Amino acid sequence: MKVTLTVNGTNREVDVAPNTLLVDVLRVHLGLTGTHVGCDTSQCGACTVHLDGRAVKSCSVLALQAEGAEVTTIEGIGATDDLHPMQAAFRECHALQCGFCTPGMIMQGIDLVAHNDNLDNASIREGLEGNICRCTGYHNIVRAIQSVADGRAS
Amino acid sequence: MIEENEPTGIGAPVRRREDLRFITGKGQYTDDITQPNQLYAVFCRSPYARATLNSIHTTDAANVEGVVAIFTGAEMVADGIGDLPCGWLVKSKDGSDMLSAPHPPLAASSVNYVGEPFAIVLAESIGEAKQGAESVVADFTEHNPVAELATAAQSEQIYEGIENNLAYEWALGDAEATRTAFAQAAHITTLELTNNRLIPNAIEPRACVGVYEAASGDYTLYTTSQNPHLERLILAAFVNVAPEHKLRVVAPDVGGGFGSKICIYAEEAAVIWAAGKVTRPIKWLAERSESFLADTHGRDHITTAELALDDMGRFTGLRVKTTANLGAYLSTFGSAVPTYLYGTLLAGQYKTPNIYVEVQGVYTNTAPVDAYRGAGRPEATYVVERIVEQAARELGKEPADLRRMNMIQPDEFPYETPVALVYDTGNYEASLDKALELADYAGFEARRAAATEQGKRRGIGFACYIEACGLAPSKLAIELGAGVGLYESGEIRMNPTGSVSVFTGSHSHGQGHETTFAQVVSETLGIPYDDVDLIHGDTGRLEFGLGTYGSRSIAVGGSALVVAAGKIIEKGKIIAGHMMQASADQVDFENGQFILQDSNQSMSIQEVAFASYVPADYPEDLEPGLTAKAFYDPKNFTYPAGTHIAEVEVDIDTGVTTLVNFVAVDDFGHIINPMVVDGQVHGGVAQGVGQAMLEQGIYDEFGQLQTGSCMDYCMPRADDLPDFTVDTTVTPCTHNPLGVKGCGEAGAIGSPAAIMNAVTNAVGSKDISMPATPEKVWRAIRGE
Repeated sequence: MKVTLTVNGTNREVDVAPNTLLVDVLRVHLGLTGTHVGCDTSQCGACTVHLDGRAVKSCSVLALQAEGAEVTTIEGIGATDDLHPMQAAFRECHALQCGFCTPGMIMQGIDLVAHNDNLDNASIREGLEGNICRCTGYHNIVRAIQSVADGRAS
Repeated sequence: MIEENEPTGIGAPVRRREDLRFITGKGQYTDDITQPNQLYAVFCRSPYARATLNSIHTTDAANVEGVVAIFTGAEMVADGIGDLPCGWLVKSKDGSDMLSAPHPPLAASSVNYVGEPFAIVLAESIGEAKQGAESVVADFTEHNPVAELATAAQSEQIYEGIENNLAYEWALGDAEATRTAFAQAAHITTLELTNNRLIPNAIEPRACVGVYEAASGDYTLYTTSQNPHLERLILAAFVNVAPEHKLRVVAPDVGGGFGSKICIYAEEAAVIWAAGKVTRPIKWLAERSESFLADTHGRDHITTAELALDDMGRFTGLRVKTTANLGAYLSTFGSAVPTYLYGTLLAGQYKTPNIYVEVQGVYTNTAPVDAYRGAGRPEATYVVERIVEQAARELGKEPADLRRMNMIQPDEFPYETPVALVYDTGNYEASLDKALELADYAGFEARRAAATEQGKRRGIGFACYIEACGLAPSKLAIELGAGVGLYESGEIRMNPTGSVSVFTGSHSHGQGHETTFAQVVSETLGIPYDDVDLIHGDTGRLEFGLGTYGSRSIAVGGSALVVAAGKIIEKGKIIAGHMMQASADQVDFENGQFILQDSNQSMSIQEVAFASYVPADYPEDLEPGLTAKAFYDPKNFTYPAGTHIAEVEVDIDTGVTTLVNFVAVDDFGHIINPMVVDGQVHGGVAQGVGQAMLEQGIYDEFGQLQTGSCMDYCMPRADDLPDFTVDTTVTPCTHNPLGVKGCGEAGAIGSPAAIMNAVTNAVGSKDISMPATPEKVWRAIRGE
């Protein structure tokens, strides 16, 4: 089946089986391997992307459900020489170690800041319930997101 | 790139250079590597914990569209493929060798844990490979599995020739002297402890891509490994998939390891072998449910511990008897973890003069058990720090004071313990004092009273841990049964234009070596940080390496680079001396400059490097070029130590326990990058909190894993944890050139005991086992 969607600002058309997941369209069909798969039960959040401006787990969205939608992945938010403030904050705060959960964490962090006023430590931690990091103990991830929420990141 | 004037030397919190690719989605993990014309592999796995494998029927599977080939264990055996070996030969206390159960990569005649692979299906797509695997029919005869650790030695015998399912009965220490100490004791504290089974769960699942070039006979295996050279060595020397010089193993970006990616796994052996059979590249990626079943697990001990004290409260003896679950097979270092990495640490920070430990290593029909962050040392710390705390409570002594009076003092180093280690340095009271202050220990009773008023219970507990990192020296390790040396290699190549390519046998899978090792080389050679690049994780580019585990990378791999840098400087002095019309011993080296003594003449290391590659004005008989290699074999372990303090609050109505404060004060010796070190401690503590409060791998009586997904096995989420307070004290390691000790595991070593001491303090019962779930705590409060 043909699915047309906008990925990181570019119109894309892919021909996929009806049971194809959005994450597989991104990783396999479009080669956007920054979005990761860490589990098979929608718990880890490594596959988090933005679908029409909201964070979703792309392992739990069928490609067909993204028909006509705007999808933003980690590759679409900034570049090495032009980092998104959330990317910059993750680096500044040492909010990543192995880097595998990081794209999902950054996409979730952007969503949290965009859709919540007055984020504090507890609400950021609650907002990260759906993203598992095994390296950092979350301490610096929370700090990074807080710094963006506070408008302190460059 | 580094900002102008930003400090980059040893001790500077340099922001990590590897982050730029990870935060932009440009990391290259194994599953991101795609080869032209590649096939996809799916493994058929045993649904039974223990069964005879009578036959495998593949006809239907072979007819599934897209399926290209199906291979079984019998075909691997016929092709001369060997068993997966255990890399450490442990001897029983009677001097006999441990008994290894044969471990073929693909089970051929029997299966011994749920999830054990017995066939590999290759197809054009992952979906077709899955469909093919579902169409493979295997005929099994089920047997009663041995699923329960406590009764494993009395259960049905799993393997012929391995009576009582015992791989070994290992012992360390002086049994007689310890018996005497107990006979003369004024007080004896006894504890029954379990160290819960954990499932590592690096967030990147294991994966590999096998490639075979028929024209050259070269194999390349991209894989999620912490130690690619060790992988190559074992696959070549024991599993016989290819000669060592024809096998390249690449561990690209690896998404966490925590010990679970040390091991050489069945899937890697099968994929690289099968790639040769079908002469097409093959990719395999574990689904998380496969990771739960077939990655190595950690911990899983049952222990009885006794502490003898004299009438002053001095520890006079420690006696420990542990049953350790090895799982169904001896994994790569599975034999060493509950013996040499456990029993040797039972002295802790104390002067206990008599220690005796016995460990029964038993087989069960569960996934193999091997290293998980800390590997033996968290288990030892849990025994020592739980029983010391319990003794203090029984004797009505302040727990900090009882510890303090038994601690090895700074002027008593080097200190030889009764369990085979020689601690080189430390100042245990310094970290204890700092931790007590940071945790506001003095204010605890007021906080407890305030909580009591609100109908809650507060508890505080600490753990004064020690660990041994950078396992060494090689000669001793090999005498004790290690199958490999435990040195590390490093190479520094000065390029003609003055930049530096640095190669290390250590592997970074989150630790940040690309930054920290560059800091070390940059400072040692006086070369700008941005001119130093680190290369690791590829047997095709590096000479050799033992990889990353046991918090060894900076202490062993970093030291190798310092030694190599010393060789660069020595050769540079000869070249610079010649060019300044002097001898090498008239040249000093400082901050990247070769300086002629008693003159104003100097040459930069970049000028010397250029001269070495364009040797016009050059010493006779000296080889051109400026490169140096070193194999660094440490003289001793390093001994990081510290104090962790946990404070918890328990809701009496629900049993829900909240970790309200956690303080870690660690002595890692000198620190290269404090930002990275803090991060390592945060992550280790989080895994320790997981062990103490949330995580447990559970098999039922049929050997079925009940905690086989992220929905059933509870890893810490952000809202399970508080912000952590971390700090350090410093006593430099005395025997490596950087004075470093290693920081990767400390967080996971000290925290479980600290948290359980806090929970038992809050609840008033010593009999709560990890993880301290709300149900267990609720029952303990009610005396159940």
